[in-house]
Amino acid sequence: MKSLKELEEIKQRTLDSVNLRQDRTGGTRVVVGMGTCGIAAGARPVLLAFLEEIKKRNLGDVTVVQTGCIGVCRLEPMVEVTLPGEEKVTYVKMTADKVKRVVAEHVVNGQVVSEFTIGAAE
Amino acid sequence: MSTSILQDNKEKFAELQRIIDEYKDKEGPLMLILHKAQELFGCLPVEVQEYIAESLDIPLTDIYGVATFYSQFTLQPKGKYTIGVCMGTACYVKGAQAVLDELSKEIGIKPGETSEDFVFTLEATRCLGACGLAPVIMINDDVYGRLVPSDIKGIVDKYRGR
Amino acid sequence: MEFYRSHVLICGGTGCHSSGSGEVMETFKSELAKHNLENEIKLVQTGCFGLCAVGPVVIVYPEGAFYSRVKDEDVSRIVTEHLLKGRIVTDLLYHDSVHEDEAIKSLNEVEFYKKQMRLALRNCGVIDPEKIEEYIAFDGYKALGKVLLEMTPEETINLIKASGLRGRGGAGFPAGLKWEFTAKAQGDKKYVCCNADEGDPGAFMDRSILEGDPHSVLEAMTIAGYAVGADQGYIYVRAEYPIAVKRLTIAIAQAREAGLLGRNIFGTDFSFDIELRLGAGAFVCGEETALMASIEGMRGEPRPRPPFPAVKGVFGKPTLLNNVETYANIPPILLNGPEWFQSIGTEKSKGTKVFALGGKINNTGLVEVPMGTTLREIIYEIGGGIPDNKEFKAAQTGGPSGGCIPAQHLDTPIDYDSLTQIGSMMGSGGLIVMDNENCMVDIARFFLDFTVDESCGKCPPCRIGTKRMLEILERITQGKGEEGDIEKLQELGRSIKSSALCGLGQTAPNPVLSTIQYFREEYEAHIRDKRCPAGVCQALLQIIIQAELCKGCGLCIKACPVDAISGERRSPHVIDQSKCIKCGACLEKCPFKAIVKG
Repeated sequence: MKSLKELEEIKQRTLDSVNLRQDRTGGTRVVVGMGTCGIAAGARPVLLAFLEEIKKRNLGDVTVVQTGCIGVCRLEPMVEVTLPGEEKVTYVKMTADKVKRVVAEHVVNGQVVSEFTIGAAE
Repeated sequence: MSTSILQDNKEKFAELQRIIDEYKDKEGPLMLILHKAQELFGCLPVEVQEYIAESLDIPLTDIYGVATFYSQFTLQPKGKYTIGVCMGTACYVKGAQAVLDELSKEIGIKPGETSEDFVFTLEATRCLGACGLAPVIMINDDVYGRLVPSDIKGIVDKYRGR
Repeated sequence: MEFYRSHVLICGGTGCHSSGSGEVMETFKSELAKHNLENEIKLVQTGCFGLCAVGPVVIVYPEGAFYSRVKDEDVSRIVTEHLLKGRIVTDLLYHDSVHEDEAIKSLNEVEFYKKQMRLALRNCGVIDPEKIEEYIAFDGYKALGKVLLEMTPEETINLIKASGLRGRGGAGFPAGLKWEFTAKAQGDKKYVCCNADEGDPGAFMDRSILEGDPHSVLEAMTIAGYAVGADQGYIYVRAEYPIAVKRLTIAIAQAREAGLLGRNIFGTDFSFDIELRLGAGAFVCGEETALMASIEGMRGEPRPRPPFPAVKGVFGKPTLLNNVETYANIPPILLNGPEWFQSIGTEKSKGTKVFALGGKINNTGLVEVPMGTTLREIIYEIGGGIPDNKEFKAAQTGGPSGGCIPAQHLDTPIDYDSLTQIGSMMGSGGLIVMDNENCMVDIARFFLDFTVDESCGKCPPCRIGTKRMLEILERITQGKGEEGDIEKLQELGRSIKSSALCGLGQTAPNPVLSTIQYFREEYEAHIRDKRCPAGVCQALLQIIIQAELCKGCGLCIKACPVDAISGERRSPHVIDQSKCIKCGACLEKCPFKAIVKG
């Protein structure tokens, strides 16, 4: 160890992988519906795609959780994305490819991908 | 006597010499060496103490003094399984004495003794720090907690057969 | 970068380890592999969460789900339901961690944690103690960097002095002063030592810190080395703590590799290294001069002070000796400033204290509270009260050096001085709760038995005096007590206190003196009425059949191993007291609860 800068680098490198363990209020929250219907409709690949994109883009401040059935089985796999201080947005009939756009446009740039939302499907 | 032990355990004494060489230049090496020697021989018989005394060039009485001062050093061989009954306060107020009495009755030896077949050594130990599970016993590295005297027979039987 | 959507924290402290957390960890590993979840979910073995009573404890983030008493066979449900499908397995959650609407409480809302303030335990149960990066991620070694690069040794010592930190090992000596004495002492070589010889029965906070956050101790010792001018440190740790020894060994190797121990730390010309020294089962080695003799490889016998260790310590050189918990407080004080630390606690005792809660209490485990918290808050709010709603009788603090605190002092704010005032002491932090089924004479006997066994034998007051006290106590508990015994105990106690060589001898009579002070009538009952009110002292017990409840079924006659019970069928039976061996077998068998101890 030669300097505080070096120490800070180790800290930053590790922080993203441990701050999940603190009670957090801020940050973006991604909820994937993983009820039986969701899993049957392909929720696992969607979940994995989210993890992949987050890893690729170094998004430390995103929490990905699963939940049970969100309730509209015919529109599964469903995903809810909540940016800090904003309304929840529900995406339906998700696929791994759609995830890429949601992360790039919504999670990173704050632009809701309206064509995938539940409003567009109804 | 002393020479025959040396000859019977040539390999172990060679290992002891290696340990002594490794530690002798450290500050205050005696306890470090005794810990390792006990791991190696299972106890610290007088021949081992003599060997260390000669190698380190310190009086045998000093070594005997240290080996008998600390309760974890033992001059006699122990049983295959050492049963430690925690007598810390938390265990005591939750009935450790009854557990110890039951063990003593079940194995037929008093605390501090080793059974004739060298299977069990029974000890009343200091706090093991698992107070949340009081009362606790430890058989070698296995911990048993929240015990009542009627659990004892079953636990001891598990080790008898091995 | 690594990204895991979920972290599974498994407690690897000694408490949970003993109740099987090792197997639980292995099962999680294989279950996660079975469902291909290894790259999404991170398994972390942490230090103690504190709630040992309900171990093994597993916490799953980000939800913060607190699973308790997790058994091997529960793991596959947690993996398939919670980790795969996102449905928390509510029936396995710790009962107090769920709201009535089934929403999960954050840990700070759980009754056990609500009033706690975790400073010394800040990283226990949060980080993986075997990974130095995780310690660094939570600001580890930042205080060391700050001290080495921005502060002089004098400034460092002044800051610790200003914080008001007192030694957590028992006596409560101001830590900053000790540092200053050692720094000012003349010597070509100096040492920094850590007392991790936690010998008080029922105390395990130091072990939990070493197991859960070993780097905090290494960092603080290195800071102390810089402040007092030492280049070598020793940690004297009990051999009874194998997990702590293992984690410390790993931590020292990692710190050396990262250049945080060794030569030219942070590119300065300061060098410092740390070695472990193992105890071998001698309680007296917790006393500072005995501990130093033991580090030198000799019999751990105390010697008179002065000279104090700060002047003449290990190998005759000036030595700074602090306890584990004291060191664990150092890094946050340096990072947050002395004013912050001053704002916590009472007027004369700053900061927090870790207590090991044990005995007759629901939430046995480790708690850390601000100084000034009352015993009532600790026992009834954090500790969840006494099992079966039994009545509180006394709390024992300070181990064999401390005393018993009765119910009338439940509302005393706890700090160093208040505890001494009511005849006990802080000690290292063991807190054993006792109810009406614990006999105070027997407890005093228990501690004296411990002291006699552990007395090193060097000074007569301790070697002979405590032995005489024990003999009197044994007589009393066997029903052979005499008038004047209490006064004899008090007189012996007072002279041992004033004449023994070391702190252990001087405090050895405390358990006896404090129980006489608060529970004198219990001693008198033993001596005059030959009666043990708590029903503990075997020799004074009688097992009696209450005639009005006995239906004469004969079950007790069959159960009695010595044929002490007789009586016609359907008429009340009686126990022949001269034959009875008080085994209690009849008591368990009686279907009408007609047999009682008295």
